[in-house]
Amino acid sequence: MKNLFLGMMLLVVTLSVQAQTKKNKNAKYTIEVNGNCEQCQNRIQKAAFSVSGVKMASWDIDSHKLNVIINEEKTSIKAVEVAIAKVGHDTKEFKSTKESYDKLPGCCQYDRW
Amino acid sequence: MKKQISILLLSLLCAFTSYSQDTLKVVKVVSKSKGLQKSSKITANTTLVTSKELLKAACCNLAESFETNPSIDVNFSDALTGTKQIKMLGLTSPYLMIDEENIPSVRGASQAYGLSFTPGTWIESIQITKGAGSVVNGYESISGQINTELIKPINNIPFFLNAYGSSDSRFELNTHFNAKLSDKWSSALFVHGNARTAKKDMNDDGFLDNPLAKQVNILNRYQYYNAEKGWVSFINFRYMNDKKQAGETDFDPNKDKGTTNFWGSEINTERFDVSSKVGYVFKDMPYQSFGFQNAFNSHNQDSYYGLNQYNIKQSSFYSNLIFNSIINNTMHKFATGLNFTYDKYQEFVNVNDYSRIDNSIGAFFEYTYDNASNFSLIAGGRVDNHNRLGTFFTPRLHIRYNPWEKATLRVSAGRGKRSANIFAENQSLFASSRTFDVLNASGKIYGLDPEIAWNYGLSFNQKFKLFGRNSDIGFDFYKTDFTKQVVVDLYTAPAISGTHQVLFYNLNGKSFANSLQIDFNVELVKHLDIRTAYKYYDIQTDYLSGSSERPLQAKHRFFANLGYETHITDKGKQWKFDFTYNWMGQQKLPETASNPIEDRLPVYSPSYSLMNFQITRTFSSTFEMYFGGENVGNYKQEKAILGSENPFGSTFDASIVYAPVFGQMYYAGLRFKIK
Repeated sequence: MKNLFLGMMLLVVTLSVQAQTKKNKNAKYTIEVNGNCEQCQNRIQKAAFSVSGVKMASWDIDSHKLNVIINEEKTSIKAVEVAIAKVGHDTKEFKSTKESYDKLPGCCQYDRW
Repeated sequence: MKKQISILLLSLLCAFTSYSQDTLKVVKVVSKSKGLQKSSKITANTTLVTSKELLKAACCNLAESFETNPSIDVNFSDALTGTKQIKMLGLTSPYLMIDEENIPSVRGASQAYGLSFTPGTWIESIQITKGAGSVVNGYESISGQINTELIKPINNIPFFLNAYGSSDSRFELNTHFNAKLSDKWSSALFVHGNARTAKKDMNDDGFLDNPLAKQVNILNRYQYYNAEKGWVSFINFRYMNDKKQAGETDFDPNKDKGTTNFWGSEINTERFDVSSKVGYVFKDMPYQSFGFQNAFNSHNQDSYYGLNQYNIKQSSFYSNLIFNSIINNTMHKFATGLNFTYDKYQEFVNVNDYSRIDNSIGAFFEYTYDNASNFSLIAGGRVDNHNRLGTFFTPRLHIRYNPWEKATLRVSAGRGKRSANIFAENQSLFASSRTFDVLNASGKIYGLDPEIAWNYGLSFNQKFKLFGRNSDIGFDFYKTDFTKQVVVDLYTAPAISGTHQVLFYNLNGKSFANSLQIDFNVELVKHLDIRTAYKYYDIQTDYLSGSSERPLQAKHRFFANLGYETHITDKGKQWKFDFTYNWMGQQKLPETASNPIEDRLPVYSPSYSLMNFQITRTFSSTFEMYFGGENVGNYKQEKAILGSENPFGSTFDASIVYAPVFGQMYYAGLRFKIK
């Protein structure tokens, strides 16, 4: 019984490992990024593109949604979020530091969540 | 084996379902409130003319769709055919690339009248690009590109009706039908008819001011759209038949054709078009796609101008394969592909046979860099092999930079090369006593060499608030330098006095066209927009008789357009008012000094102004009526036809037209939709 359980565990682990090794070269994500205006749009997109492996990044001013397509062999959505938080824009997962936020020009100082 | 297949099928299914719908860009209907849109984010100097703008001047076809737009000058063609010619940067349509849905449309045989073969109601939008343009569609454009998008079946309303009538006895009827054939197929049928039935001679010179005309134009198009799989396709079938009769009011073609009883002209054109487009957007990669376009058309014009016979039939095939993708990310995009063009011309000028076959094959690569904020660049090049133009390279470059907020600076440069279809492009000159003389014989196109020009442009635009209202100011400066050109010479005095000629020869010396446009646009009060533009043209060519400005080209022009709209009420009721003012400076006229004194024209035409207006009353979202006037100041050219008393004599010339012939014209029409 114990062996069976172990065996099943092993199976699950190997399956998940397998799933991880098969990485998507065109993985599509939509995440929310806080910001206000066209300047924010430029900054957010620029930050996303600065991450190697990001193929497409477009942030919509009205919906605050960032659409990205990334090569998961080279990067992850987390890395993109970190890069965006670094230039002063919050995502749901990664908050920007106060310093970076304060550095934003006045029109870009969005209401923080 | 069976298992493998089922696994394959399963994975395929998974792949399809995981491919979400929004990856394929849906063709967007432009519903913004502005009629002329100029984005500060696009690289080339392109203005988008929306369907809303096109409604401002309701009459009637593509040639007449530019009246409210300062980038393009609408000119008057010969006094006979009434077809309007357009100019951009001071150069006529042969130097523009005119596309319909990115397939070259007005070219070769259709150069003179082609713009009047697309009814205005069919047009969804027009993109006008000043300067060199993109390499994707070809090497021919020199001063600009005009691309017309027709209404797409997929988002069209089921029924549309437009009727139009005017005081110069022109009547038009447009009906559009649209049907959704399945969830992926849609179809549209556009039927256009126009006629001018009454003979009018307002200036009493014995000649019709506008030709009698009849046109039937039918377009049937099918659109396939599959968002899940990323496929989109168009198939178009089109038939057009256009008949014009011009000349003396007493001219009866059955009795007088080919005689000197009365001077008359008939121009009959029949045209078939079949075209197809297939586009595919790769799964999970909205930035990667390919497109394949094919177009076949047959254009057959039978015509005579007095005793001059001119027949041309052009059978063409055009094919374009394009692949779009990215390098690393969407900041670096590229387009690459192949073009193929085949043109069979059967051309007869009186008894001379100029029939020929032209073909070319080319490959292009265009790189786009966009830093996603304030800088972008398009660098393109293509290599073509043409049986008459040889093998040649065409580079083009566009740069856009936003130095500070709401400011756009653009630079462009590029090369264009083309063969001049001297007869088709200058056929208005057949309506004169001129003899056509080609002075060169060694070239491959009527004995002449191909035309080559470089175009350079610089433009700047700044948007700002004036008393809290949206305004913008800007300038465009463009320079076109011809290194080779076919000169059309109307200045050189004939060797035998009392005769007239038009000379065609290879440029020997300099030829250039400089243009400067200064724009100022402001919303004066809410819903009241004013557009103004001043344009300066310095266009000079070295003729045999010396350097001179191009004939029939005003050096100074001023343009103003006022548009006012009332608020749309709940029931969709609205008034729209539109007024356009054009002032044209003096234009140099062709040589007439050797004529007897009564048939001489001054060296320069007088300057004059023109005013058009239109009032539209929308009764609901499905019904509206409009009323308008053109040339309401009633300016008319004195002596529209030189030597009209003796049309078979040596001084006869109906091609020197610098102003309207007809005078004021009023029109009214209605539009009805079923949504």
